Amino acid sequence: MAHAKATPVGGPLLTRPYTWLLAFLGVWLLILVWRFTSGIGAVSGLTDGYPWGVWIAFDVVTGTALACGGYAIAILTYILNRGQYHPLVRPAILTSALGYSMAALAIIIDVGRYWGIWKIPLGGFPDMGGYNWNSALLEVALCVMAYVAVLWVELSPAFLEKWKDTSTSEAVQSFARGGLKFFDKALIWIVALGVLLPTMHQSSLGTVMLLAGHKLHPLWNTGWVPLLFLISCVGMGYAVVVWESTISSRAFKRDRHDSMLKSLAGAMVIVLALFTVIRFADVLISGKAAMLFNQGWLSLLFWIEMALFVVPIFMLRGVRNKPFSTLLNASILMMLAGGLYRFDTYIVAYNPGPNWNYFPSLPELLITFGVIALEIALYVFIVKRYPILAGKPAARSAS
Amino acid sequence: MSMDRRTLLKGLAVAAPAAAAGSAGASEAVKAPDDAVGMLYDATRCIGCRACVTACKKANNLPLEMYDPPDDLNGTTKNIIKIYHEGDTTSYMKAQCMHCLDPACVRACMVGSFKKRDFGIVTWDPNRCIGCRYCQVACPYNIPKFQWDTPVPKIVKCEMCLHLIKGGSQPGCCAACPKEAVIFGKYTDLLADARERIAKHPDRYWPKGDPIIFGDDEGGGTQVLYLAGLDFEKLGLPDLDSEPAGAIAQKVQHGVYQGLIAPVALYAVLGAVMWRNRRADRKEDE
Repeated sequence: MAHAKATPVGGPLLTRPYTWLLAFLGVWLLILVWRFTSGIGAVSGLTDGYPWGVWIAFDVVTGTALACGGYAIAILTYILNRGQYHPLVRPAILTSALGYSMAALAIIIDVGRYWGIWKIPLGGFPDMGGYNWNSALLEVALCVMAYVAVLWVELSPAFLEKWKDTSTSEAVQSFARGGLKFFDKALIWIVALGVLLPTMHQSSLGTVMLLAGHKLHPLWNTGWVPLLFLISCVGMGYAVVVWESTISSRAFKRDRHDSMLKSLAGAMVIVLALFTVIRFADVLISGKAAMLFNQGWLSLLFWIEMALFVVPIFMLRGVRNKPFSTLLNASILMMLAGGLYRFDTYIVAYNPGPNWNYFPSLPELLITFGVIALEIALYVFIVKRYPILAGKPAARSAS
Repeated sequence: MSMDRRTLLKGLAVAAPAAAAGSAGASEAVKAPDDAVGMLYDATRCIGCRACVTACKKANNLPLEMYDPPDDLNGTTKNIIKIYHEGDTTSYMKAQCMHCLDPACVRACMVGSFKKRDFGIVTWDPNRCIGCRYCQVACPYNIPKFQWDTPVPKIVKCEMCLHLIKGGSQPGCCAACPKEAVIFGKYTDLLADARERIAKHPDRYWPKGDPIIFGDDEGGGTQVLYLAGLDFEKLGLPDLDSEPAGAIAQKVQHGVYQGLIAPVALYAVLGAVMWRNRRADRKEDE
C-alpha cells in the first residue's frame, strides 16, 4: 500500500486573507476572555430551558460528523480495500484531526466547570468509581478524547516524513525514521481504532438525546437514533472529502482527482438510501405515520430533512457523465442533510416546555465562528508546510 | 424493543460474533430505598403565602430577594410557588426537585455528581461536576438550574434539606408551611396518607371521582408526591409514562454495546480484515 506522493504546498503563509483570519481570531480571543470572566450567560442565549445551544449542536455534534471524512475514507480504503483512494486519506485525516480537536476545544468553552474536565480522562475523580457507565455522554467523552489522539497519531507520518527529510538535527532525523518504522508495523491496529472509535461515539451521540424523553419530539425520539447518527456521519464524511478536495485544489492549485471523487458517489448513494429507508421504516413501524402530517412545522421540518437526503440520491445517479459541479452540489446537500438532522435532534425538536425559547446570541455565534476560523488557519498552515496533499506542487512552491 | 436491539447490533457490528448473543431482558422498575423519605404537597391546601420559598432560601443560605422575588426556579432558588388561573378556579403549585426513584439526572451524569444518597435523596456533588448540563437536558421536570451569570457556576436544586434531616429536623419548606400543604415524612407513610385523602374526598382532587397521586408511578415514581384539584399538566407537571426515559435509553445503549463485547469484537474484526488486505497486497507486489 504505497502512498501516492504527498508534498507540502509551500509558499508564503501570511497572505492577505490569512492576516484577516488572524485578526478575527484576535477578536475571538477577547470574546473568550469575556466568557471566562463573566460566565456563559453573559455571552450566550443559553438558558435553563435550553442548556445546550450551537456550541454543542454545531461545534461538537455537527462538527465531529463533518470531521468524519477520515473515518469514511478509512472504511473504504482499508476495510473495503480500495487502495485507489489513498491520495484522499491524508487530507481527510487532517480535516478529521482538526475537526475533532476543535470539538474538544468547544467542549472546554461550553462546560461550566471546565477546571474539573481532567476528571473525565483520569478516572472520574475523586474515586475510580466516579464513572457512570450508564451515561451515553461519558462514552462520547472518552471516545472523542481517545479519537483525537488516534487521529494525530494517524497523521503523524506527515510530520515525521518532513522532519526526516529536512531536519538538520541527527537526533530528530533518527526519531523520525524510528517513528515511521513503528507506524508502518502498527498501522493496522491504529487504523482499526480509528474506525472503531467513531463507530462507537457517533452512534452514542444519538443515544445521548434519548434521555431527554418527552422533551424530544417523537419523530426524532426513537431507539434507532444511534444507527441514524452513525449512518449519516459516514455520508457527511464522504461529502466533506469531496468539498474539501474541491476547495483545496482551487486554493492550492492541485489535482482535483475528479474521477476518483466521482467514484465515491456509489458509497454516498448507499448511505443516503440506507438512512432514508430506516428513517421512514422507523416512523411507520412505530405507528407515528400520522405525525408526518399533523405536527405543523415539525412535520414540515421532517420532510425538509428527508428531501435533503433524497435529492442527492438522484443527483448522484450517473454522476460519472455529469459535470463535477453536480457532485459538489450533491455533497453540499448531504452535509446540510446530516447537519439539519443533528440540529433538529439537539435543538429544534427539543422542547423543554412552553416558557422557553432559544436563539444564539451574537457573541455566542462569534465564538463558534472563531472555532471554525482557527480550524481553517491551522489547516492552511499544515498543508503549506507538511506533505498532506497529493498531486503536482504549485509552480511557486519553495520545497 | 428487543427486536430493535438485535437489529441495531447487527447493523453496528456486522460480523461480530456478539450479534448472536442473547438480549438483556426488560429492566425492572426501581423501588424506593427502605429508608426513603419524601414530601407530600397538597395544592388544595396551599394558600400561596410563599413562607416556604423564604424558608427554603434561609435553610440553604441562598440570597433573599425581598423586593424582586423570583418567578421560577433559578440558580439561587430551589423552591417556588406558582399560581394558575382557570376561569373562577385558582390553584397554587409548588415546584422543586421530585427526587425520582429512577432519576434521569443520575443516569445522565458522566462522573456521578448526581446520586441518590441517604434516604433516597438526590444530591449534587460539586467535587465531581464539570458543568456539562446534561442533567438539565435529561430532567423531565426541568429542575436542575445552572448559574449562568458567574464564571464559577454551580448546579442548584432542592436536596430536601439533607443537612437538616440528618440533624433530626424537617426540610425548611415543610417546617414553615402554616397549612400543612406540604408535609415531610417517610415515603411509605406519605403515600398512605395521600391515598387516604383521595379516598375521603374523591371530588376535591383531580380527576374528580377517581383522583391520582402524581409521583405514584409517573416517570417510574417520585419521592415528592402531589395532590391537586386541577390537571397536573396545567400546573406544570408533564404527562409521563411509568417507564422512565432513562430506562429506555439504557436498554438501547446496553443493547448496542453488550457490555464491552461488541466494541472488542468489532475491533478484532477490523484488524483482521486489514491484516488480510495487507497480506494480499504484498503478494500482489511480489
